[in-house]
Amino acid sequence: MPQLLLELFSEEIPARMQAGAARDLERMAREHLAAAGFLPEALKTFAGPRRLTLVVEGLPVAQADRKEELKGPRVGAPPQALEGFLRKAGLKEDQLVERDGVWMAFIDKTGRPTTEIIAEMVEAIIRGFPWPKSMTWGTSKLRWVRPLKRILCVFDREVVPFAVEGIEAGDVTEGHRFMRVGYGWGGQPLKARDFDEYAKGLAEHFVVLDVEERKSRILEGCKTLCFARNLELVEDLGLLEEVAGLAEWPTPVLGDMDPAFLDLPGEVIRTSMRTHQKYFAVRDPATGGLAPHFITIANVQSADGGAVIAQGNAKVLSSRLSDARFFWDEDVKVGFEPWLDKLNGVTFHAKLGTMAQRVERIIALAGEIAPLVGADPEKAKEAARLAKADLASQMVGEFPELQGLMGGYYARAAGMDPEIADAIRDHYKPQGPSDAVPTAPLSVVVALADKLDTLVGFFAIGEKPTGSKDPYALRRAALGVVRILLEKGVRFDRKVEDASGGVWFESFDLLTGRTLARLKGKPSEDGKAFPEEVADRAALLAGGAQLGLGAFINDRLKVILKEQGFRHDIIDAVLGDWGGAELSVNVARVEALDGFLKTDDGKNLLAGYKRASNILKAEEKKGWKGEGERVLLDDASAPEVQLHDALRLVEPALKTALEAEDFTAAMRELAGLRGPVDAFLDGVFVNSDVPAERDNRLKTLAAVRDAMGRVADFSLIGG
Amino acid sequence: MPSAKRDKPKSFQDLILTLHDYWSAQGCVILQPHDVEVGAGTLHPATVLRALGPKPWNAAYVQPSRRPGDGRYGENPNRLQHYYQYQVILKPNPPNMQDLYLGSLEAIGLDLRTHDIRFVEDDWENPTVGAWGLGWEVWCDGMEVSQYTYFQQVGGLDVSPVAGELTYGLERLAMYVFGVDNVYDLPFNDPDAPLGHLTYGDVFLENERQQSEANFHGYDVAVLKGQFEDMERQVPLMLARSYQGKSLVLPAYDMVLKASHLFNLMNARGAIAVAERASYIGRIRDLCKMCASAWVEQQEAA
Repeated sequence: MPQLLLELFSEEIPARMQAGAARDLERMAREHLAAAGFLPEALKTFAGPRRLTLVVEGLPVAQADRKEELKGPRVGAPPQALEGFLRKAGLKEDQLVERDGVWMAFIDKTGRPTTEIIAEMVEAIIRGFPWPKSMTWGTSKLRWVRPLKRILCVFDREVVPFAVEGIEAGDVTEGHRFMRVGYGWGGQPLKARDFDEYAKGLAEHFVVLDVEERKSRILEGCKTLCFARNLELVEDLGLLEEVAGLAEWPTPVLGDMDPAFLDLPGEVIRTSMRTHQKYFAVRDPATGGLAPHFITIANVQSADGGAVIAQGNAKVLSSRLSDARFFWDEDVKVGFEPWLDKLNGVTFHAKLGTMAQRVERIIALAGEIAPLVGADPEKAKEAARLAKADLASQMVGEFPELQGLMGGYYARAAGMDPEIADAIRDHYKPQGPSDAVPTAPLSVVVALADKLDTLVGFFAIGEKPTGSKDPYALRRAALGVVRILLEKGVRFDRKVEDASGGVWFESFDLLTGRTLARLKGKPSEDGKAFPEEVADRAALLAGGAQLGLGAFINDRLKVILKEQGFRHDIIDAVLGDWGGAELSVNVARVEALDGFLKTDDGKNLLAGYKRASNILKAEEKKGWKGEGERVLLDDASAPEVQLHDALRLVEPALKTALEAEDFTAAMRELAGLRGPVDAFLDGVFVNSDVPAERDNRLKTLAAVRDAMGRVADFSLIGG
Repeated sequence: MPSAKRDKPKSFQDLILTLHDYWSAQGCVILQPHDVEVGAGTLHPATVLRALGPKPWNAAYVQPSRRPGDGRYGENPNRLQHYYQYQVILKPNPPNMQDLYLGSLEAIGLDLRTHDIRFVEDDWENPTVGAWGLGWEVWCDGMEVSQYTYFQQVGGLDVSPVAGELTYGLERLAMYVFGVDNVYDLPFNDPDAPLGHLTYGDVFLENERQQSEANFHGYDVAVLKGQFEDMERQVPLMLARSYQGKSLVLPAYDMVLKASHLFNLMNARGAIAVAERASYIGRIRDLCKMCASAWVEQQEAA
């Protein structure tokens, strides 16, 4: 069946927009074709520096003829209504058909030629294309990402005749901007009537159409260059994506860097190469360190093998790295204290004060978290005080992504305690799912303090993430908190002794409550000391709980557990809305419950639980309250005695196990109930005519429900 | 492709003359610099004002540009507080503007199949004159040699028809073309000139030294502030006066440029607090918008 080929040829499309444009083109084409009743056999799009391409296989030459059914007014409706309907349908009264008391019109619609539909579709796509930013040019009213130059549109090897704002569709496109067959430079026009001709023509005119092919060409080229010089490419997927959108004929060129720059931190060199120049860095496999070279991805394959290009780029890199060296030297001269002063003038968020105020809060939090992690509180406070200073340094001003890292380097250069330097360096970690959590206790403290202040602050001013909107990356911060707590086994519910010998039980809500209080400048005037009286603590606790941050963190934990393959109902049964901050404990509960429910005992006990709770629910609805103690009646049947005894054994043992947070033991205790529960449910008639018997049997079932409820909410678990 | 009439340039001034020849041949009027201090070639009335309104306009000129804060006393090989921009403004932008631009690079001696020329996304914005546009920075072997912009708005008004703007950083481009690492070593005129040869440093080094000192320490902040406020007061007065039925928008715009330069001087003196910055820029933008609106009115009436 016939094929449609469309190319929208323009001036250079920003690299970052190309992948999205290919997706949008595919989506819009699919929608338009489906609306016309077409189901193409295949549809593919391509995006590159100067072109968007669509190829659709297997379209008919025309739409199928079809019958359209129109529903009209009721039979006997006023004449005006009928007249209106006839006008709309373009029919006479005797052509209508009566169905269920309603006039129906059946209209034969002849299918339209596909070319007409394509012409309309392309115009609609061009005019409605969702570019993130678009523009007009010259005297044209059209909007596109950059000036649109040509439309190639052929169907079944024929040009589809139409024009959009004076740009006529044709069968001509252009090759590479500079490279051409023969002498000189400049795009050569080439004709294509179908995709094979098109792809072949482009390849002959130095254009690699498919972005995946451009990427592999770049990677292979880089590796060949590296191999020849015994170097190793520092792979960078984000950069690869970008440079693949900047060249139609990507050609890696290896250039030299002055080895004197290698005394700069490797991250600085790499960042300068990547952000300013879009170069790949290379390593020396012998040392693992950066080698004094770089690879740039040129758009042309030049006759001199890229010598001029390599030389020019090397010069630019030198001046960039000279700037970086200048920043380093200046920064080392200035140092932390003047930077901290500068943070007074930097707004963190209009409602959350300056960066310096935020640092004060992080210091206080670090002091509180340190004992929970086994770190020295004074050292932790000092690390927290210095952690944000590098934001005022010149290097971080130039390369914001080096925050923390530069602080660590500068702290070492200033001869500070290496543990503090590491905490400064690592406190932003983990920055994403693939980033490791900090390991050193001091780093853990500052990392937690930083993230908790962010979370509490933005929750306090009502900036919670909604749907896909999370401008302050709060989900990432919460996920970071969860991962650190789990991987480092940090718990908030510890007994803490403060400097003055006071002792209190820490909790997550209490910690967030105090952070919140600091944010509001309360409860103390100077914002530094926090009263430890019970009454105030209760208020702080309530404030922390009210934030809803616990539930937010709980949700992140649920996400992590789901990713680990646990069933959502098991997770919910343990975590509920807010399982408390003791994440590692909850994880152990989920693991134990998951294991238990895979055993026969677990499955049967769950079934027993469901039967018991159904009976109880029905009775509770009727008004049964279960007041008074459960007893063993004199004439109790064997199953009653058995379950009664089992509960008497299990209840205290369960309590002990739960207090010891030994959930496997707790499950083992529950397993001991399975036989007696089964026997009870099978052999005992609960709704006895004797009220005392009925009441006591229900109490027995309620005792089973309660015991199990202490482990998890079994009612949430599916059968 | 349009072919270059001249040989490959041998000096800084030759580079300028080559560009003049080239753009003149395309039909641009070759203007001389505007005689008020500006921070960039864009601010010349030949760009800011002429970009607005319905009339076609094609012009090219060199504009000395002053960035007081960039002064380095002549000690930095790349940074200057006074440098030259080559500016081309084409309204409406011709459909082959990219090719015309590339032709200009060829004219100054760049072989487009040996060098790696790239159009890298860069959306230009100048908040002081309420202007923005889409385009690219143009890279030659990894170095930014030009800024290429399709103006979408100037003075807060839509630019229609669209004007295309090209800005070449002349010193940087010359250093690249002549393979010179220090701007002061650039040949200002032909090294083989019969009457003698001067470098860029011979012409401008002393100027950089004295102006740097003046920018950072010399100017009296109170005087600058007073002058800024004088200019600010003058603009609406000038716009209120008219001659032959037209308000005096051209002199008024000169006052805006002076205010803008005075702001840059105060900034270099460290006299503008971070919090004040935005408000100063807003004040200049408001003045510029007044001029832009008055200008468009006159253009459309004509």
